[in-house]
Amino acid sequence: MSIAGKAVTVALTGNPNSGKTTLFNRLTGANAPVGNYPRVTLTPHRREIIHRGWTITVVDLPGIYSLTSQTPEERTARDFIHFNAPDIVLNVIDSGNLDRSLFLTTQLIEMGRPRVHALNMMDEARRKGIAVDTGAMASMLGGAVVETVALTGDGFDALLDAIVAAAEAETVATGSQITYDRHLEQTIARVTAVIDELHPGKLDRSQSHWLAIKLLEGDDEVLAREGEHTSLIELIRRERESLARNHGEQVDTMIADARYGFINGMLQEVRTLSQAAGGTDLTRRLDRIILNRFLGLPVFLASLWIMFEATFSLGKYPTDWINAAVKAAGTFLNPVIPPGMLHDVVIDGVIAGIGGTLVFLPNIVILFFFLALFSETGYLARTAFLVDRLMHPFGLHGKAFIPLVMGFDCNVPAIMAARTIESPHSRLIAILVSPFMACSARLPVFVLFAGAFFAEWAGTVVFVMYVISILAAMIAAVMIGRFLKGEGQTAFAMELPPYRLPTLRAVWFHMWERAQSFLQKVGGVILVGSVVIWFLQAFPNQTAETEAFDARITAAQAQDDTPERADLLAQLELQKNQDRLVHSYLGRASQAVTPLFGALGFDWRDTTAILTGFVAKEVVVASYAVLYNQSEEGGKDGLKVALAGAMPPLRAFAFMVFILLYSPCLSTIAVIWREAGSWRWSAFSVAFSFGFAWVLAWLVLLVGGLIT
Amino acid sequence: MTDPSTDRNADQKAVTLADVPRGQRALVQRIASDDTQFRQRLQSMGVVKGTAVVVDHTAPLGDPRVYSLMGYSLTLRNSEARHILVSLQ
Repeated sequence: MSIAGKAVTVALTGNPNSGKTTLFNRLTGANAPVGNYPRVTLTPHRREIIHRGWTITVVDLPGIYSLTSQTPEERTARDFIHFNAPDIVLNVIDSGNLDRSLFLTTQLIEMGRPRVHALNMMDEARRKGIAVDTGAMASMLGGAVVETVALTGDGFDALLDAIVAAAEAETVATGSQITYDRHLEQTIARVTAVIDELHPGKLDRSQSHWLAIKLLEGDDEVLAREGEHTSLIELIRRERESLARNHGEQVDTMIADARYGFINGMLQEVRTLSQAAGGTDLTRRLDRIILNRFLGLPVFLASLWIMFEATFSLGKYPTDWINAAVKAAGTFLNPVIPPGMLHDVVIDGVIAGIGGTLVFLPNIVILFFFLALFSETGYLARTAFLVDRLMHPFGLHGKAFIPLVMGFDCNVPAIMAARTIESPHSRLIAILVSPFMACSARLPVFVLFAGAFFAEWAGTVVFVMYVISILAAMIAAVMIGRFLKGEGQTAFAMELPPYRLPTLRAVWFHMWERAQSFLQKVGGVILVGSVVIWFLQAFPNQTAETEAFDARITAAQAQDDTPERADLLAQLELQKNQDRLVHSYLGRASQAVTPLFGALGFDWRDTTAILTGFVAKEVVVASYAVLYNQSEEGGKDGLKVALAGAMPPLRAFAFMVFILLYSPCLSTIAVIWREAGSWRWSAFSVAFSFGFAWVLAWLVLLVGGLIT
Repeated sequence: MTDPSTDRNADQKAVTLADVPRGQRALVQRIASDDTQFRQRLQSMGVVKGTAVVVDHTAPLGDPRVYSLMGYSLTLRNSEARHILVSLQ
């Protein structure tokens, strides 16, 4: 123990949902995201606090039920305790749920690190009529037992005192040994002796004892680590077989039974349950409605509807303000910056691009408010339960439902919401499938095209787009599931936490964190993207063709000032602009890529719209407006008419399908990169959805051609 | 591999947790699965011999279901519950 600098490292462990992260935040003043569902801590946070002259570094390990190597979280926690050997393990226990929570504790005892136990959420437990003799419990568990309420900070002083006391202690409190079946104990002793021989002087007694138990339990990771010691591995195999043969039970089951036996024995001595707190608690009463077989889904759909309704109707006002502010910024800067390139970059590039994205901020913040509410209260875990069976055939986890539904608004928060899915495999599928959900930025394209080509059926055609969107996501999920040879479906076994009222502070930080990351994105990728696109479409601005137009314009200006001349001038300006666009870098790039869409019959204008849509799907309609010589405002019908003559309805439908499904926008690509952890997944997503969109659009043309 | 006494037990009441109707109380006998990870996962969540389990809720399509045990709620898919042998009380 590093007494020298009066500094200790404290590893914070506990079951998911034991209030561990809340305790960490409250203890250290941090703002790590919490949530009333399992597995919120993905990477360890660490913070320092000072108490009685000691510098205490608290490391928040992921919430786990056990110290096996089944999940990444368990491996992270176990490896940290085993290899980093923290001075103290602070074990957070849900006091209302001792029977199960202490299972992890029994394994911590065997790992032998000095321990301090926090009986957390003691207020809830007391209300249930639970009382605990902490003194007796401390001597059995080895290490102080302190009652705490993480939400209010009750018992924190005593907890910190206990940590300092444990740090200052000369010897480690050992606590009681968990006694196993006699045969198993003999086997453990034999294996421990062999391990000590193989690692002379490297492991202390508790470490080799723990290793022996882990090996006998059949822990893959520990077995692999000892793989070089073939004699040991062989011994383990024989012992496991003989124990299983003689006891009719697998060794891991014998070990688990003994641990629960220890817990039962201890709880009989230290816990008293008073019958006073009878009756049904709030959670049971709420679940009778929320988890009702027939009411469950309607209630869920209603809450989703409220969420979307609020997102759009409440979001409308701040969105209008932002729009006004962006407009004002444009009007203000317009005369301030002298005409020229800088002026155009700022007004047409930066302000248009950033302003166009910033307007989504209110929607995103409101959406995250509801999501924070859902997760903090414990409802999110229940929705996963309600829809799991419906999602299962598609290889999607029940928890993937929330991200998918959110994708109708914007794919970016949808992909972030996939964080709630614990299995990395299922989470990755959800991330890669989310972009197929028709986000609100694609709606203008559908509205424009449906109006231009299917005027009488416009509403139905738009609705069909949403149906295709959902079907495409499901098909893609199945395809990606085949493609990814992951560990497949992990066990669904999931704890449903009791309902809890979220703290304002927690909800606020949820929202703030999201808003912040969104603003960072606006200031980063979107700013750069807008400027780049502006340059690509603006240059080269002087070519032989534009000079020819300039000459004709000058000639026209020399004529008498008649209405005809004004018309001619306007006509010439538009033609020049269009011609310039054709020969701009963007125009040339589009024409270079156009052959890709030859089979689909898209021309270079369609290609340009598709390319600009990479930046943000909102740009697609704006591109058409420029390319077809129509101003976006006021000329909507003009654009419709121009479009209607440009391609047959069937191809227009294929184009809509393509826009619906093709590669995600820059922001989405960036967020896939961050959330999936590698740019390769972003690249995969771009390529996969592009190919998927192409094939589907082609199929639309093929099938449509056969029918008509 | 298996102890004859446990086998006889299982034969008499070869009931799995998936068969237990709502509201009925059952005692866990054993987890009949060769998948160590799966067994350990369930054991870490309290599914061990002698644990009393009550079926609380059923999802709209009958799967998964919510069980209450050791004072908390656990959801299991029926495909998982089928591996848990129980005796009815």
